[in-house]
Amino acid sequence: MSNKTETAELPTSTAETANASQKKLWQIEIWPKPEIPNRLALEVAATARDLGLAQQMQVEAFRGFLVEGDLSKAAIKTIVDQLLVDQVVEQCRFAVCGDELFVETDKSADSYFVMPLPGVTDPEAESIQEALPHLGCSASAVTTFRRYAVTGIPADQKEVLCKKVLANESIEQIIHDRLTLSEIQLGAPYKFDLRHVEIRNVSDEQLQQISRDWQLSLTLVEMQTIQQHFIELDREPTDAELETIAQTWSEHCSHKTLAGRIEYTDDAGTTKYENMLKETIFHATQTIRADLGADDWCVSVFKDNAGIVKFDDEFNVAFKVETHNRPSALEPYGGANTGIGGVIRDTLGTGLGAKPVCSTDVFCFAPPNATVDQLPPGVMHPRSIMKGVVSGVRDYGNRMGIPTVNGAVYFDRRYVGNPLVFCGNVGLLPCEMSFKEPKPNDLIVSIGGRTGRDGIHGATFSSAELTESSDITSGGAVQIGNAITEKMLMDVMLKARDQRLYNAVTDCGAGGFSSAVGEMGEEIGAEVWLDKAPLKYEGLSYTEIWISEAQERMVFAVPESNWAAFEKLCSAESVEAVVIGQFKPTGRLVLKYEENEVADMAMSFLHDGRPPVVRKAVFNAPQVKPVSGASKLSHEESLLKVLGSWNVASKHWVIRQYDHEVQGGSVIKPLVGIENDGPSDAAVVRPVLNSRRGLVISCGMNPHFGDLDPYHMATSAIDEAIRNCVAVGADPNRIAILDNFCWGYTDRPKTLGALVRAAQACYDVSTVFKTPFISGKDSLHNEFSYTDTSGNRQTISIPSTLLISAMGQIDDVKNCVTMDLKSAGNRIYQVGQTKQELGGSHWCLVNEVSGGQVPQVDAVAAKQIFENMHKAIHAGLVRSCHDISEGGLAASVAEMAFAGGLGVDLDVASLKSDLDGTAILFSESNSRFVCEVPEDKAAEFEAALSDACWCLGSVTENDRVVIKNGNESLVESTLSTLKTAWQQPLDWK
Amino acid sequence: MSGSGKPSVLVLRSPGTNCDVESAYAFELAGASTTAVHINGLLENPAMLSEYQILCLPGGFSYGDDIAAGKILALQLKTLRNLIGEFHQQGKLVLGICNGFQVLIKSGFLLPEVNEGYPATLTWNDSGRFVDRWVHLAADDSKCVFLKGIERMYLPIAHAEGKFVPQSAEVLSQLESNHQLAIKYCKSTGPNGAVPYPANPNGSTADVAGVCDETGRIFGLMPHPERHIDPTHHPQWTRMPKTALAEKGDGMAIFENAVGYFN
Repeated sequence: MSNKTETAELPTSTAETANASQKKLWQIEIWPKPEIPNRLALEVAATARDLGLAQQMQVEAFRGFLVEGDLSKAAIKTIVDQLLVDQVVEQCRFAVCGDELFVETDKSADSYFVMPLPGVTDPEAESIQEALPHLGCSASAVTTFRRYAVTGIPADQKEVLCKKVLANESIEQIIHDRLTLSEIQLGAPYKFDLRHVEIRNVSDEQLQQISRDWQLSLTLVEMQTIQQHFIELDREPTDAELETIAQTWSEHCSHKTLAGRIEYTDDAGTTKYENMLKETIFHATQTIRADLGADDWCVSVFKDNAGIVKFDDEFNVAFKVETHNRPSALEPYGGANTGIGGVIRDTLGTGLGAKPVCSTDVFCFAPPNATVDQLPPGVMHPRSIMKGVVSGVRDYGNRMGIPTVNGAVYFDRRYVGNPLVFCGNVGLLPCEMSFKEPKPNDLIVSIGGRTGRDGIHGATFSSAELTESSDITSGGAVQIGNAITEKMLMDVMLKARDQRLYNAVTDCGAGGFSSAVGEMGEEIGAEVWLDKAPLKYEGLSYTEIWISEAQERMVFAVPESNWAAFEKLCSAESVEAVVIGQFKPTGRLVLKYEENEVADMAMSFLHDGRPPVVRKAVFNAPQVKPVSGASKLSHEESLLKVLGSWNVASKHWVIRQYDHEVQGGSVIKPLVGIENDGPSDAAVVRPVLNSRRGLVISCGMNPHFGDLDPYHMATSAIDEAIRNCVAVGADPNRIAILDNFCWGYTDRPKTLGALVRAAQACYDVSTVFKTPFISGKDSLHNEFSYTDTSGNRQTISIPSTLLISAMGQIDDVKNCVTMDLKSAGNRIYQVGQTKQELGGSHWCLVNEVSGGQVPQVDAVAAKQIFENMHKAIHAGLVRSCHDISEGGLAASVAEMAFAGGLGVDLDVASLKSDLDGTAILFSESNSRFVCEVPEDKAAEFEAALSDACWCLGSVTENDRVVIKNGNESLVESTLSTLKTAWQQPLDWK
Repeated sequence: MSGSGKPSVLVLRSPGTNCDVESAYAFELAGASTTAVHINGLLENPAMLSEYQILCLPGGFSYGDDIAAGKILALQLKTLRNLIGEFHQQGKLVLGICNGFQVLIKSGFLLPEVNEGYPATLTWNDSGRFVDRWVHLAADDSKCVFLKGIERMYLPIAHAEGKFVPQSAEVLSQLESNHQLAIKYCKSTGPNGAVPYPANPNGSTADVAGVCDETGRIFGLMPHPERHIDPTHHPQWTRMPKTALAEKGDGMAIFENAVGYFN
């Protein structure tokens, strides 16, 4: 085969010399040589297969570029040969756009071009444009595309192939057959036009209509408040003013429901909260900090972009977990991408900037084996969502060089229209840089990415409900990230931080400049010069610039005297930094576009003017019902089904796509054991390379418990997150936790009541554990509405979902333990008591029965167990330790055995329990562990755990997991049977 | 040589480089002094290269791996080809790890052009996606300065485009007979027989994991030696008795060899 680039002759003589200065649009297509797999084509075929489409389909795929500029054929050949094509493995062709060369010779093939919609971030195109000067040429515009030549697809499947497989229409366009472009469309120049919105003399209906038309997501009462304010000012608001208010008052930015007034009624009576979160979760932390007194190790809680606690004498650590649910429902890759990008900017924007050291990502999806006809209209297939989300996190996190060390994936059919994507990030910051304060007259400086039309109305969109038409109307709220832009920003900002060049920093998240400047300037006032903001393309109005949620931007308060040094630092690494305004001590927010004033508002109205949200919440204590029906399965069959259930099954397909070792601090990886494939309870990293001190990251969540009782779901999630940390060696007195509530429609009193009840549980348990909440986030109204085939309106609400993320610490990482069994002959202990608590268990799930008592937490006993476990691990008495959670004792023991490649021989009669085999094996009671203890440490271990441990048997050299109850055999299986059951369901290729 | 008498390492950063800190740390533990230099700074002042003994291209995603991994940084470095050639001829060392290896291959610094094309490339893993896993490696008894005294190593890989593909069978056998296929993936039992997936994690031809130039002073590899310098980096360190833990990880020897070369 030839290594030569296959080059087309141009049609006729294009008179290159005569038209030398003429702009041309070149089309370039590249595809692998025959012996090299065509990755793009294989991906499409696999996705189509997942959806049950086009079994006979043949696909050829090409990656392509359109390059526009004053470029001769020789110049374009240089670009292709030197930059675009890898001649060892690829072939290519190029000609002017739309040339005959690109017409499919196979007339039965459909040719589809997929390219980004105008304005959607195209990082590769940006890179090419920046690289061209190294080849001595330049292009006025570049765009990437993919082309698919498809045969063997039935006519009635073509549309679904395009929409569900080849492209995502919220960010991409599909062009059939042939490209006939003559130029790459960029924005047109913007002509200033100051707009006012008439709200003073309109009816209530019209106010609501304005809120809808402008996608403000404001209630009538809020609109009336704004109306009254402008009546008092004797003028109409500008569009920019109205948008600023809507963004500042959005649920996403102000958490008005949970931090609002709630009248809560349950069996015990009625409680009136002025600020529900403050009186439950924040209050717990205040109580704990007061109790700790001088030993308080919290630094900054519920204030900054992330919570901060002490790590060692030199450093503090910041931790934040965010959700990015709605964007991920529409464009999973971009949604997850910008979700992780956003939470990284949260830690970067904490204090004077924390350096991100690891990430955690938790997802909730509908089961991936759903058939297309089981899905409501307008939703993507859960398998496509999952693949998109995982690759979005992978591509952003890996490029940022931040290890993704922990996570979980939960499945429930009710996440079908509303998947949940939780992205968390931990950052390290010097102790003395934990606080920020913008000073009057500091310059407002924006650095990083440019501003485009991306993500307009993200803040208000994320506060609204999804429907089957959301994928059409909300396209502007969907974005693609560019991780390298953020990495470059991070690199220079940490240098600027260490040189103390700025007084404050925050990220441009939901609400864009509006939210960043509005928050930073709240106490001072600010004037912003919107025309100074660098734009991706022309044509943005002043309001679009102000509320755009374009990614990878951060805003700094830079003293004028430091601006030159700050700018130099940025430009040395090709990071754009621009002064867009000044924090003027006026108490007002003033926006200008060139010499025109487009907004002038009192900061006080923005931040304190919102009418309080008052909600009713009702909670009726659930009645415990006995477990319905009997199991048709043997214990062994139940165990195999539990191990193979979606929640429990191995997530190696996800985990191995993440770089979990970059930064060189990995101590306990997410997969452990003799074949590096057992499920670790938590991850441990050393964030400071020359120190032995470790950070421990874990999580706890169980939406199934919430179906029975939100209170016990919350206490169980806290217990689980903490015991996962403790299981690898974390000190239970140095664990900080975060809450993320994802709930249904909380305007419904019952739905809100369940949330209040869960928040009360958080207070009750965390104060006993003395485990402080340091930050949190809520995402409400997670419901999906559609019209079913009979014309009836249907709503699917997600299960009430509380994620607890835990960050622990360990003095010396050499004391860590993992969950894989280590040596035959060692004893196996159960720590913590099993109760009759099968409610919400995976045993119920696989046996298709309901009811039962949901697991509760005895916080006082649990705290003692955690402390004793820590002492035992710290003293080196424990060779392996695994928490008991989903699937109970049986699943825990099975996982330890196959992870360690060793058998066990256990007799649960030693528990001296009145429970039956089912409860002993599968109950998901909290605060329990399985420990492997060497014979010569057994006495010391038993003493350390006082009476809360029972020796069940020992580790064996063979490959059998044997669990008996006296003479009765409960489980007898082999390591390979158990491991296969666990690995197979999500062992995607 | 720097004033301290330690060999000095230029650790090259670029937009998207992300293993620079831990790679520099490994060199420092091995006794070198290190300076992180941004590619913009090097392009502005190329003469600074002469102050260093070792050029290290660390892992990461230079320019997002847009177009193909390492391609754009390779294009930039090619503008310094004379200077880097001179650096090499002075008996100095160049190490490319992961993305750095991709840059060295795609710039032609490691394997110069033959038949008007590069002799080999690093392209997409057979799995079609990024993978992080630990691999067993066997070093060729080669001239590679960095692998002196090393027979086997256990290191992690973390890449999407690490499959080594030579231009032709002739090129491959030439590199083989020249002992340039310096390090290869092998089974846990050692270098004997075929190496199936996932022991060969990406489908590399001839199981190649790293390559050196004809002099053995330029070396690139896909696995990350800087991620196994501490005993607790080993994925199974908790399985070993505390008393049996190694003092350092397998990857440390590569950095010690580089520094030792100048002592």
